Parts: sequence; structure tokens; C-alpha cells
Amino acid sequence: MSTDTIVRLPDQATARIPKVNFLSKENGLLSWLLTGDHKRIATLYLISITFFFAVGGALAGLIRLELLTPQSDLMAADTYNKVFTMHGVIMVFLFLVPSVPATLGNFLMPMMIGAKDLALPKVNLLSWYLYIIAGIMMLFTMATGGVDTGWTFTVPLSTHFVNTNVITAGLAVFVAGFSSVFTGLNFIVTIHKMRAPGMTWFRLPLFVWSNYAASILMVLGTPVLAITLVLVVLERGFGIGVFDPAKGGDPILFQHLFWFYSHPAVYIMILPGMGVISEVVSTFSRKRVFGYTAVAFSSVAIAVFAFFVWEHHMFIMGVSNYSTLVFSLLTMLVAVPSAIKIFNWSFTLYKGSITFETPMLYAFGFMGLFTIGGLTGVFLASTGTDIHLTETYFIVAHFHFVMVGGMLMAFLSGIHFWWPKWTGRMYPEKISQLAALMTFIGFNFTFFPQFILGTLGMPRRYAAYPPEFQVLNVFSTAGATILGIGYLLPILYLTWSLKYGEIAGSNPWQATGLEWQTQSPPLTENFPEIPIVDHDAYDYEWLERKEKEVTSVG
Amino acid sequence: MDHISPVIWQYLVKWMTNLPLFPPEASKIAPQMDALYYFMVLVSLIGLTIVVLLLVSFSILYSRKRHPVAVQIEGSTLLEATWTIIPLGLFLIMFVWGSLIYFRVYTPPANAMNIYVVGKQWMWKAEHPGGQHEIDALHIPVNKPIQITLISQDVFHSFSIPAFRVKREAIPGRYTNVWFEATQVGTYHIFCTQYCGTNHSAMIGQVVVMSPEDYQKWLAESTSGASLAQNGERLFASLSCNACHNGRPDARGPSLANVYGSNLTLASGQTAHVDEAYLREAILNPSDHVTQGFTPIMPTYQGQISEDGVISLVEYIKSLNSNYRVDQTLNTTALLPESEGKATTATPKTAAPSAKQGMVKQ
Amino acid sequence: MEQQVDATTFAMWLFLLTEIMFFGGLFCSYLIFRNWYYPAFVEASHQLNLFWGTLNTGVLITSSFTMAMGVWCSEMRKKSGLVLCLVLTFVLGLVFLGIKYIEYSEKWEKHHVPGFHYSMKSFTDPASDKEVHDKYPDDKALMPDMARHTELYFSLYFAMTGMHALHMIIGISILGFMIFRARAGAYTTGHITFVENFGLYWHFVDIIWIFLFPLLYLISRHA
Repeated sequence: MSTDTIVRLPDQATARIPKVNFLSKENGLLSWLLTGDHKRIATLYLISITFFFAVGGALAGLIRLELLTPQSDLMAADTYNKVFTMHGVIMVFLFLVPSVPATLGNFLMPMMIGAKDLALPKVNLLSWYLYIIAGIMMLFTMATGGVDTGWTFTVPLSTHFVNTNVITAGLAVFVAGFSSVFTGLNFIVTIHKMRAPGMTWFRLPLFVWSNYAASILMVLGTPVLAITLVLVVLERGFGIGVFDPAKGGDPILFQHLFWFYSHPAVYIMILPGMGVISEVVSTFSRKRVFGYTAVAFSSVAIAVFAFFVWEHHMFIMGVSNYSTLVFSLLTMLVAVPSAIKIFNWSFTLYKGSITFETPMLYAFGFMGLFTIGGLTGVFLASTGTDIHLTETYFIVAHFHFVMVGGMLMAFLSGIHFWWPKWTGRMYPEKISQLAALMTFIGFNFTFFPQFILGTLGMPRRYAAYPPEFQVLNVFSTAGATILGIGYLLPILYLTWSLKYGEIAGSNPWQATGLEWQTQSPPLTENFPEIPIVDHDAYDYEWLERKEKEVTSVG
Repeated sequence: MDHISPVIWQYLVKWMTNLPLFPPEASKIAPQMDALYYFMVLVSLIGLTIVVLLLVSFSILYSRKRHPVAVQIEGSTLLEATWTIIPLGLFLIMFVWGSLIYFRVYTPPANAMNIYVVGKQWMWKAEHPGGQHEIDALHIPVNKPIQITLISQDVFHSFSIPAFRVKREAIPGRYTNVWFEATQVGTYHIFCTQYCGTNHSAMIGQVVVMSPEDYQKWLAESTSGASLAQNGERLFASLSCNACHNGRPDARGPSLANVYGSNLTLASGQTAHVDEAYLREAILNPSDHVTQGFTPIMPTYQGQISEDGVISLVEYIKSLNSNYRVDQTLNTTALLPESEGKATTATPKTAAPSAKQGMVKQ
Repeated sequence: MEQQVDATTFAMWLFLLTEIMFFGGLFCSYLIFRNWYYPAFVEASHQLNLFWGTLNTGVLITSSFTMAMGVWCSEMRKKSGLVLCLVLTFVLGLVFLGIKYIEYSEKWEKHHVPGFHYSMKSFTDPASDKEVHDKYPDDKALMPDMARHTELYFSLYFAMTGMHALHMIIGISILGFMIFRARAGAYTTGHITFVENFGLYWHFVDIIWIFLFPLLYLISRHA
């Protein structure tokens, strides 16, 4: 075991958490609620995001329970409609979009570039408060009857045909959108203006590149969602008519406006996760990422192309056949950079020195599952097959593969990887490897049958379904049970590790990033003195040459 | 699918549809779409296998135990080019192939029989040109091209027949269409696949593909007595359309004889091709669709007529093939013969065989 | 410190970029519907008072001027000058909102507010609306199916100018706060970032109006 792991911990008998760190610096509720420290804000985000993930996950459990039987027997159809809508809204806007950027991004990015904090700490805190307000509004929406329009708020259903809390839900998403915009804005400014001396663009870790690309999408795309929601609220409240054919409006206009944001949104969700994978794969192969420049440029390419493919969500909606040619072609193009990244990560393993700690297990899971998810995206990008597969469970399976099999695995990989840096303690390795394996198995059992269901024609958002689809649905629910346990375990053992985990020291993974060259948990100001960077990212030779260990304070 | 032996193909299909992985291939386009789908599955399997092989083999060969010292490698432009160009090439093949199929599905042939389907919360209403009306069902003859003209009365719905591999959104405010040619007698699912509210999952039906004889039988016993065009004729009279559109030289509105299918010059100078969508728009938004030489005096019928009524009118206008025919409509009454004290002034010589003015829903 | 100044200004420019995307959705919708229902949009636009609109444009441009002067005063550390400029900008902003209030009440009285007893009478029967008819006698009566699209015009009018006015209100509130701080000398110590960045915001709101004005007010107004 000792040669199969790269973990190098300090002698547990004498090791202590450094007395002065960002967690212990000040005490009291106000010191947390009024903090400007990006690491404290990241911690606040981590707790709130985990809470909303649990809510969204519980809703998912309800969905799968209902779908065990063909009839609508667990809950009324209206309730089921509310459950899947809230599951989608919470998971997309309150979990996936902020997850890696607001937690890991906030925590790590300044350290990775050698800065003391983000460029605009107060705006960062504002972001978190906006997120909390959005979360409270969302909980209020749920408590007062929920919303049942689907997370896509399709008009005219949402404006004229439901009695549920569309306006509160829409406004909650509006506020969450601003939280996202400010985070992205902060990141862009920080990366441009606050890099340490010597940290050129092409010495940046790929995690920073990915977050930069995602931030561009956040900043440019989210405002369009905001104005779309404003128009929906106005249409619903005052009947202004922009989406109402009886008044000369056009419901397809809503589709264009909504998807103009919501497609870049999926790249906002995945790009930071890809950044995590770059870091993890490099560390656990002891090698620089293969094709650094290609991966960096792929991130930016995905961000740029993301804005030009939105109509692929509308191929069967009566849009001009010729327009579908354009968007189908562009969608094929946007698939290529992701493929490039997968191959680059695979080749990072070549002639490396690989170990299989938990973050690496999640990374492997990501690479396999994201490949499947991404390839099935191509099935949908091709207009011919999209006709048959769209609006079925094939779509549900596709986006869960990339979002859960991809993004969520990357998030967990990152949480485990940087947990020692964040808390000063290691998580328990054996049980976490078990949890990783459980999520992988549970995930495949849950979502792979859904590809088949989709091909068979089972539509999505169905509370009741024809009996011939039952067997696959039961399979799916069984998998979901395993998956649920797999996600519950980290919450439990990570909390446990806060008190009982092994002391990690500053660099248990022997990684190369700047964040690993300072104590765990870090000082409030991150570094005792601003580092001067003279080496590339993932420079393991530099690491070897480094004699001086960064000592902890106190 | 000429190059795969039909026997092997049939065997594959039978196996595939008995192991429930694919819906039955019951239309002409279904095998074509399935072929592309199989290609994509194959490419995906190969791609996934390559990735998994790389991951697994590298993990074994270069695990820390076997390979304790990592070799720092910058990258390889050749490899980058390879795994950029090959996936791109494969994706482009899928793009072209898929687009061909897409255009085929959404370009109905001229000789397709048109059936109107109106989606509403939470049912599908099918209206055959002969006046047969169905709810949550669609009876069609086998081996004939059928075009479905779709519209929604309220929210977005989506008309899907997985066995035919077709799907199209039903949108409020405009027609969309899709066509297919059923190749296998049988009964298949119709689903609504666009979330439309409470009973979205109950908005399902059946498409019944029948042999030509059975279909004729069904037509005869399901007729409501008046075809869509006949119903349209009565609406035309009851809404007083013939006050202006009476085919006379001094008429205030253009004659509608043979207007369907023509290219009309509008008052704005543009030309418009007159199809079902144009006719619908002209009835509901006449000010935007003024024929050259006429003034925008036509009132709008928005709110006064249901989508079913519009469909009847459109079918009626499609059937007008001469000025004499248009002139005849002046004699059409909106009332049933039985409800009038006197006989009608003249019996309209309608184009359809039976002139029974029976119960017809508007 | 210089890095901080640099960063804050960069952040403000980025924020303004997000605002462009925000208004962009509205402008996009407006352009589509104007293209589809041009006759209705022409006649609806003629309902707007060109005098007030032009005056408002002048007011806003002047306020941008006074704001720019304020930034200069802050750079030159002239406290009284800065306060004067900020107060003038504040007052001009209020004047703009006041004029908007006058315009909005006019619309309310004529039942041209969508969703609140909207009336198409001015468009189906132009003679009934003497005030506008005298100015634009060539505007023909619209058939009801075209006239109802004027409601769409007004929806977009209120959405766009309303969103703009909201940004004005936020700006004026911040100006109030700034006047208070300026009198205490906060912006004349050599740190002009706040004033300068606010100036950027104010100019941006002005530019949005510069686009709104011709799009909404100046459709087919030639003699």
C-alpha cells in the first residue's frame, strides 16, 4: 500500500493543524457573514450548495419512486409535475451552475494565481447573499405550492395555463442568475489583473483556464436569461403579448431567448469540472497534462462555440429546415474540443506513474461517463436522429450522463482532492473509494436504461407510462437507490473527517500548484509573501528541486 | 438499405424488436433512420472502447508499482491533429447523413394525403378530409404517404409516433407538418412529448395502420356525413365570407378560385406562396395579407373561429377550382335544410359525392 | 493599489457588457416585432410626444456632460465643483424621470397601457384622436387585426423604457449617496475610482436611451 499511493502525510503523532488559518482567524457569526475572505465565502457556498443538492436529490428520489410503476399511484400527476420541475430548477440553478466555480473556484483560484484574494471581495460576498436569497425564494416557492412548468418555463404554458408559482420561481432564478454573473465577473477581473509576478497566461493551471472560459459564458449569457424571465413575468402578470400568438406575439421567440442562455449554461456547468479533471489527472499521474495548450484553447473554443448552437434544442419546433443545417453543423463543431480534452487526459496517463486514490477514481469515472454522454450528444446534434430521440428519455439520459456522470463526478473528485487543503485533514480513503465505486455502478444502472427507454419512445416528464416500459424503469430506480447511498456517504464521512481525519500537512498529494505550497488550511491572506512564479504549471521537476518547505504559522 | 441483405436485415429487426431495444420499424423512413442510428452506436462503441482501452491499459502499464518514475511529455501535434480530425470527420458524416433524413421527414411529397391534427390539453383531435373525426386515434391506410398538418389550440404539444420515427411540435398560432408512409399494418403508440400540463402523460393515443380495404370500410362507417370542405362551405356562408369573396368582377374581396397553391402578389409588392399556413394567416390576420389591387377592409376572425373551424375553411378553399364554383357558394346556406321553413333556393352542386348536410362539429 | 483601481474599472466595463446583453434581449424582440407589424408600430409611435422625448434626450446628454465634469473635478480635487456637478446630474436625472412620468400618465389617460383597459380606438378610428390626427393626417385607420399589434408596441415601449427608468432610479440613488460622501471630501483625495466608474455607468444608461429614442419615437416621422 505504501508504494501504491502518493500520499505523504506528516507524522501523525506530532502533526497539528496550524493554529493560525483562515478558519480560526476570527470567530463569531458576523465574522463569517460579513467576511471578504474568498475561502470563507467558498465554505459558506459549500454548505449551502450541499443543502440544495440534498433537496434536489430528495426530489429525484421521489421521481424514481413514482416511476417504479406505470400508473400515477404514488402521487397525483400535478404533484409529480411539480416534483420534476423543482428537481430541475434546483439542480440546474442552485447546484450545477454555482457548484465548482462558487466553491472550488472561489477557494482555489486566487491561490492558484498567487493572489491574496479575488479582485472584488465585497462583490463575492454579494454573490453569496444573492444565492441565499434565491434559495430562500425557491424554498418559499416550494412551500407555497411549487411550480410545475418544467425547468424550461415553456410559454404559453407558464404564462397562461398554470396556476402555480411561476413568478416567484422565475424571480428566484433571476436573482440566482445575478449571483452567477457577479461570480463570473469577479473571476475574469481577477485572472486578468491579479496574477502574481511571473504567472503568465500559459503558466496558469488548466483549472484557471476552465473557470475563465466558464466565466465568460456566465457574464455574457446569464443576462439574456434574466431578460427572458422578466418578459415571462410581465407576460404572466400583465399580458403584454410578446409570446402570445393571439396578440401577435410568438412563443418561439421565447424558445430562442431561453435557449440562447440555457445552452451556454450547460458549458458553464461542465467547464469548471473539466478543469478539476485536468488537475487531478496530472497529480495522480505525476505528469504535466498532455497537450497543455490544446486543452487551454479547447476550453476557450467551447466557450465561444457555445453561443452559436442554441437552436439544436428546437430542431422539431417548426424552425426553418435550412437553419437546422447551420446549427447542426455548429453543434458538431462544439463536440470536437471536448473530444480533444478526453484524449489529452488519457494520454496524460501515458508513461506516467499512476495511483488510484479517490479523486483519481472519480476522474476515471468522469472520463468514461462523459465520453458516453458527449457521444450521445452527437446522436442529438444530427437532425435526422434528433427527430426520433428528442423529448424522450434519451435526452434525460444524455444530460444526466454529462451533468451527473460528468460534472458531479468532477465536483466530488475536486472536493476530495482539495479537502486536505481546505480543512487540513484527510478524508478516509477506503470508504471514499467504496463510495466512488457505488456512485459509478449506481449511476450506470440508473441512467443507461434510460437511453433504451428513449429509443423505444418513452417521452420525458411522464408521470404515468405504458406498461411495456416498466422493466427498464425498475432497473433505473434500483440504480438510483445505490446512487443515493453513494452520494450520502461523502456527506457523512467528510463531516466525520473534520474531527477525526488524519492531519494532512501542506502538500499530501505532492502536487505542483501554488495552493499546495502553502499551509493547510491556508492563511487568510493565502501566502506569507506573494510568490514569484518562474515555472510552468505541472512542473514536477521544479517540485523535486524545491528544498524549502513552506512552514505553517503558529 | 439495398446493400444489406434483406434476410439479415429482417432478422436483425425481429431480434431487435423482440428484445425491447427498438420500436418496430413501421414506416418507410424508419429503417433509414435506424441505419444512421446503428452507425452512430457503432462509432460510439468504437470511440468508447478506444477511450476505455487507453485508460485501462495505461493504468495497468504505468501504475506506480510498475512505472515509478513519470516521463514528462509536452504533447504531440500529430496526435492532436489525429484526434481532432477523425472525430470531426465522423461527426460531419453524421451531420450530412442526418440532415438528409431530416429534410426527407419534413418535406412532404405533393401527393401525400393530408390529415389535420389539432392538439389541445389533453387530447389529439384528428380530422380527415372526408370529415371523419377522431380523438386520440389515427386510422390510416398502409403504404400511402400521409401528411399531418399540426396545430395546437393552447400550449406547445408534440406529436410523436415512435414506430414511424416521426415527431413534430404542435404550436399555437401556426401550422407545422410532418409526413410518413406506414409500411406495416398494426397499432402503434402516439405520444405527446412536449410537457403540456397536468395530464401530459395521458395525452397518448394509437395510430391504426390498415389495409386499403379495411381503411375504406373504416372511412365509410366513421364519416360524420360532411367532409371538412363541406363543413367549411357552410362556415363560409355563415360567417358571410361570400359577401366579399363571391367571385364576381366587382367583388370587394379577391376570388378564391384556384388561389391555393398559387403565388399571390400582395399589396406590399411581395409574393406569397398560398399554402395552408398562408390561408390560415389570411383569415386571422387579414391586414397583413392583402392581395394586390384590394384594400385592407377584411375584418379579422380571430376569436370568432376555432382552429377546427379554420381547418374546415382552409379545406374548403382548397377545393374551390373555378369561378362558377365560387359563385355557387352564394346559394349555400349556413342552416340545416330541416331547420328552414322553405326549401333552399338551389341545391349546391358540391364537389364531394354525398351532399348530406348532417351533424358536423364546428 | 493601482492594481485595485485597474481591476475595479475593468470590472465596471465587464458589468456594462452584461447590461448590453440584458437590454439586447429586449432590443432583439423589439426589432423582430417592428419588422413584422410595421404599420401598427408606425402609428403607435406617432402617439408618443416628440417634444418630451427630444427634451428628455437633451436632459440626459446634458447630465452625461455634468457627470463627466464631475469626474474631472474629482481628478482636479475641486470639492465644491464636484458636489455641484453631482447635484446637477442628480437634478437632471430627476427631471428625466419627471418627464417620463408625464409621458406615462398621458399614456395611461389615453388607455394605451397594455393590460389595463387597453384601447385600440386611436388606431381604428384616428379621427377620434384629434391631437395626433392633426399632426399625422396621413395615418390611415387600421383594421382591428393590425391595430391590436399596437398593444405589442406599447408593451415593448413600457418594458424598455421601464427597464431604462429602473436603471436611472438606481443611478440617481447612488448619486444621492455620492453627493453626501462628496461633501465629506471622500472623492477629492486623489482616489477617483468610484466617481469615474459611476460615470461609466451613467454614460451607459445615457447611451441606452440614445438607442431607445430613435427606435421608439422616430418611426416614420418625416414631414
